[in-house]
Amino acid sequence: MIKPVLLWSDALILLLLLTVAALVWLARKNDTFRAPWRQVMASRMGFVTASILAVYAGIGLLDSMHYVERLPSAPGQQAQYSGEVFSALDALLKPLRVNVEKTYSSPLATHLYAKETVQGPDGVERRDYPPLKYPGTHLLGTDKVGQDVLYLSLKSIRTGLLIGTLTTLIMLPFALSLGIAAGYFGGRIDDAIQYLYTTLNSIPGVLLIAAAVLVVQVQIEAHAEMFNTAAARSDVRLLALCAILGVTGWTGLARLLRAEALKLRELEFVQAARAFGVTDARILLRHLLPNVMHLVLISVVIDFSGLVLAEAVLSYVGVGVDPGMISFGNMINGARLELAREPVVWWQLAAAFVFMFVLVLAANLFADQVRDALDPKSRGRA
Amino acid sequence: MLNYILRRLLYAIPILLGVNLLTFALFFMVNTPDDMARIHLGAKHVTPEAITRWKVEHGYDKPLFLNAAAAGLDKATDTLFVEKSLKLFVLDFGASDDGRDIAREIGQRMWPSLAIALPTFLVGLLAYLSFALLLVFFRGTALDTGGVILCVALMSISGLFYVIGGQYLMGKLWHWFPISGYQPGLDAWKFMVMPVLVSLIGGIGDSSRFYRALFIEEIGKDYVRTARAKGLSDLRVLFRHVLGNAMIPILTGVVVVIPRLFMGSLIIESFFGIPGLGSYTIDAIQAQDFAIVRSMVFLGSLLYIVGLVLTDISYTWADPRVRLE
Repeated sequence: MIKPVLLWSDALILLLLLTVAALVWLARKNDTFRAPWRQVMASRMGFVTASILAVYAGIGLLDSMHYVERLPSAPGQQAQYSGEVFSALDALLKPLRVNVEKTYSSPLATHLYAKETVQGPDGVERRDYPPLKYPGTHLLGTDKVGQDVLYLSLKSIRTGLLIGTLTTLIMLPFALSLGIAAGYFGGRIDDAIQYLYTTLNSIPGVLLIAAAVLVVQVQIEAHAEMFNTAAARSDVRLLALCAILGVTGWTGLARLLRAEALKLRELEFVQAARAFGVTDARILLRHLLPNVMHLVLISVVIDFSGLVLAEAVLSYVGVGVDPGMISFGNMINGARLELAREPVVWWQLAAAFVFMFVLVLAANLFADQVRDALDPKSRGRA
Repeated sequence: MLNYILRRLLYAIPILLGVNLLTFALFFMVNTPDDMARIHLGAKHVTPEAITRWKVEHGYDKPLFLNAAAAGLDKATDTLFVEKSLKLFVLDFGASDDGRDIAREIGQRMWPSLAIALPTFLVGLLAYLSFALLLVFFRGTALDTGGVILCVALMSISGLFYVIGGQYLMGKLWHWFPISGYQPGLDAWKFMVMPVLVSLIGGIGDSSRFYRALFIEEIGKDYVRTARAKGLSDLRVLFRHVLGNAMIPILTGVVVVIPRLFMGSLIIESFFGIPGLGSYTIDAIQAQDFAIVRSMVFLGSLLYIVGLVLTDISYTWADPRVRLE
């Protein structure tokens, strides 16, 4: 028996999916919206990168359907649930998850990577490579505590995707409202908003994030009783990280939007709307917002890859996701000293880097296609 | 111009005050000094007396904004905000939570940081611009396409990969340089080459692609066609006209980081064991030493604003039409 669990991040992913679905549904009849996307999907590069991203997203989604297992209990007793949260991906990959070795083993190895004292068939003890419990099943080898590296890599995908998407979700309201307001209203409002983003910008990015994460960490420790599972705790920390990245990261897009709004408000259609007595709110919503949407979309896809890469660095600095959470950053961090071993333990690092590289490369190339389609002026520039 | 610079520097005061208030709110109001004491004492030793003692020892035992117990002007000045936050304005950083003088540490540690960051910056700028110019010179050919693909691939690789891979290849496998460490004086170069090289390779994809985009945009303009029509050679057009006219966006991105070179790079310094300000900061983050983090935030903001003013000044040098009034 299982019981579904909705972590906070799962709820936000659901919200994100519903928003995207709603937007697609609203825009399905509108040729102006569909044309650029059709162009992206018609190009070979666009189609291939979109497919790769879709596979990653699929794995991430599977990994976002969480549940807890019911513990065996006597009939009539109240149901008890395990404190460990699993996902649909965990269920699918159960053999990988439970087939744990003792320590490192190289990809598809049959024996552990280090010699140990083993008892031979004749009962004599000697130093040899002990055989694995599950020889030849670990496609990418196992890590220090014997976990399957392929399983870890697949589980890291959700963390990377979450950082890349939820941060944007949190950032957009700030960037949109403040950027457009600054450009459209000008004057005092512009001064105030410019002051705000110069101040935020002036603080070295990593330091601001580090400062905020340190504070969040202390708060989580102080209110430990609020989280009943380890998964819930690392989930909140991940969300806090996204929130911090979002609150500190809106300045770039806001500056772009301000410049665009500054230009748009002088154009005839906005002037005409104003002459007709249309309210500011309506002008912003009906005339300005649709005309800056391409900038927003372009910056969302461009930011995504940067955020995935940032997770690894932040986790290394110690201000990233929870150390207990499976992520590319934590995988790299755990394995970076192992290159000094003899023989070299390279597979964990290689797996993390390759999985991350494919994701980021696909996202970068996809972003190029999206930019070319939405902003024809930029074509061929980069 | 002097007038302008003075006004810009005055404008820095409200920004620094904002930074100051923000960090103060984070470190003293969201996170109270009691929380700080608890972290530093460790879970085992937390007693109300121990917390009070720790706060007195580190000067955190005053009220936040208003000291009702003090007399006269001290009511407003004998507070945490003045002691810990406003004093940063006169570059009085105070002592770190483990009792060492932060200003002295900064004075010592900025030199190793600079030894790595300055060559990285200068050689990097030269290398990235040259590579971008090379691609633009051969625009439309297979070399250009291949170069752009290389750039996108390079910028899709995690920066940590370059560091770890560089250390493994150049340090462990080929024994070219020591894997990490630093030593002042003439031998410093041995420790400098690898971090500089690794940072260069890590930055080339992003920067060269950006510069190439700038040049390509510039090269489509009318004055370039005119210059070519006059019979100027391709190279001369590229270096004199295109590079010159793309200077403003290049300076915008480049000049602002110059003052911050003092602060070094967190990742590079901690991986290569450089005793600079970057590793100082990262150690402080990991040890949760808020006094150091606060000082570095303030220093970073200050240097950023200096960078903004320098950027404006550099515009007048790059484009005589720009006047700072």
